[in-house]
Amino acid sequence: MLEIKNLHVSVEGKKILKGFNLKVDAGEVHSIMGPNGSGKSTLASVLAGRDGYEVTEGQILYRGRDLFEMDPEERACEGVFMAFQYPVEIPGVGSIQFLTAALNAIRKHRGEEEFDAFEALKLFKDKLKQLQMSDEMLHRSVNEGFSGGEKKKNEIFQMAVLEPSLAVLDETDSGLDIDALRIVADGVNALRGPERAMLVITHYQRLLNYVVPDYVHVLVDGRIVRSGGMELALRLEEHGYSWAGERDPAGVAAARL
Amino acid sequence: MKGKVGLEGYLESFKRFQNGAGRPSWLRDVRRAAIQRCVELGLPTTRDEDWKFTNLAPLTKKTFRPAPGGAKITLDDLAPFVFQGQESARLVFVNGRYVEELSDSCAQPGGVIACSLAQSLGFHRELVEQHLAKHVDYDRDFFAALNTAFMEDGGFVYVPPRTVLQKPIHLIYATTKMSSPVVTHPRNLIIVGEATEAAVVEEYVSMGGDEYFTNAVSELVAGEGAVVEHYRVERESTRAYNIGTVRVQQGRSSNVACHGVLLGGVLVRNNVHPVLAGEGAECVLNGVFMPRGRQHMDNFMWVEHASPHCGSRQFYNGILDDKATGVFSGRIIVHKDAQKTDAKQTNRNLLLSDEAQMDSKPQLEIYADDVKCTHGATIGKMDDDAIFYLRARGIPLERARTLLLFGFAAENLERMRQEPIRRYVEGLITDRLPHGEILKNLS
Repeated sequence: MLEIKNLHVSVEGKKILKGFNLKVDAGEVHSIMGPNGSGKSTLASVLAGRDGYEVTEGQILYRGRDLFEMDPEERACEGVFMAFQYPVEIPGVGSIQFLTAALNAIRKHRGEEEFDAFEALKLFKDKLKQLQMSDEMLHRSVNEGFSGGEKKKNEIFQMAVLEPSLAVLDETDSGLDIDALRIVADGVNALRGPERAMLVITHYQRLLNYVVPDYVHVLVDGRIVRSGGMELALRLEEHGYSWAGERDPAGVAAARL
Repeated sequence: MKGKVGLEGYLESFKRFQNGAGRPSWLRDVRRAAIQRCVELGLPTTRDEDWKFTNLAPLTKKTFRPAPGGAKITLDDLAPFVFQGQESARLVFVNGRYVEELSDSCAQPGGVIACSLAQSLGFHRELVEQHLAKHVDYDRDFFAALNTAFMEDGGFVYVPPRTVLQKPIHLIYATTKMSSPVVTHPRNLIIVGEATEAAVVEEYVSMGGDEYFTNAVSELVAGEGAVVEHYRVERESTRAYNIGTVRVQQGRSSNVACHGVLLGGVLVRNNVHPVLAGEGAECVLNGVFMPRGRQHMDNFMWVEHASPHCGSRQFYNGILDDKATGVFSGRIIVHKDAQKTDAKQTNRNLLLSDEAQMDSKPQLEIYADDVKCTHGATIGKMDDDAIFYLRARGIPLERARTLLLFGFAAENLERMRQEPIRRYVEGLITDRLPHGEILKNLS
């Protein structure tokens, strides 16, 4: 599904990712854990195609295709979804209007019939119900005046509607209270499946109690320094990132390649 | 006295006009005083503070003749000018003159009058004499004086006290193809009595007309507790000049919204001048202007707080493309007795091209000591983060831009309380946006 090879990325001349490798297959949930400034959000932004990130070396293949040859919208249409760390408020653009535009862009790309307003609304309401979220947000402008938790829930709702193949969750758990965290986790778990891969990027192990990953990778200073299973997340929680960064057992990072 | 430079054509027209249409005599005196004031004021230039950002040279260098009568348009031509799902009264003016065959004042509650100003001079003289030219400040404003000198026809609306107007009144001013540039001076008088509700739409359109000058003045008198929505929709040809003034006189606890939708015209001046004369009156000045090409749109707000406990809100959003230029001047004047004034002004502008230009100027004149006045202006480009957010959901770049532009204008649309009119205006704005058609299937 996703193969990242020796990725080097700079932002405004500063090297952030310095030889990042990762391979994710369909059906897998990978967690990237790392301290602030380790390059987690840079990774998410590069995957989604945000401007301002200079790839100086390396490659990302998504379903065998060079991801860098695809615009952000094409990536989305091909099934890449990023849940934003900071979802953007868009006054004046209604949530229904926005999500219908997105849904139909993706359906059109897949060669499927576009939904009319009625079908789209029904889908949105069904998804909200499954996610145990209120449909009140449908009648507001996109993220406008939403609390932090509402914005994160809205990301998960969008993900449920757009049904991506590869979901990248960029610190979706940060700042959530326990109830919101459960709703987010349930939403993520509901989407797990053999055809779908997920990359859960997080600072804390907290979300991973609810969304148990198949693999955990520790990102320190632009490189993966350790890889393992859920037990790695638990050890990190106990010992902190300095423990992971201290000893850099060569080969562990590349174990999955 | 500034002299008659540039006014020769108008003065000559005035002589002929006075010979033809002098009646009634009281009107004759007002017209004479007004043309005299035109001469005293002289044509404004960019040296005048109120015209600092609008160069009138292209307008003043040309000679515009009074429009001749007899031009024909048909009911079919008017088919697009309908508020879907809302019966409304329609008064149609072709080249400045009321055309009865094209108009339909429709059934309204008893006592409501919707007719032409020319008719009202005969039938409703008392009402007219009480208010016509009594509110607009033609002592200060050259173009208001010019309009007053030549006023002859336009819309006359009267809503008697305690009447709710269910059907909006739609005034359409159409200019047809002419062999040489013409000028019209539509003059509207809207009198809305105590405890009434009403909506009036003024729409300026070109029907074959290309290069011409519309110099319009409306006086709107809102009685105590009246709730009024006034819309001014400018969608003339991109070679047409339009200078329009809406002067609102507000009674106690009245609530008036003046909506401006500026799409057409090569040089547009949008004067909105409410006077909050009665205690507790509130007004909203809500506008969206979208110049492109070489269009110039100047929004000149002049809000006078003359009584205590009044509130005013100004929300003007501009979207400027190509080499277009825009102006927002928001003057708030708080008179000495207008304590507890609450005045707010916001002007937001999006520049879609490097060559577009916007000047935004707040002006506060406060003579009372217990008031709350705020103003804010922004001029910027589209939000890259928002564009990326939409693209990251699969929405192509061009569509993402269209959605965001719509969202920007939608803030103004949301303040329009008459839903059928709001939808009508929304359609005009949508048609105006690049790729606007994509918005039609989204809600």
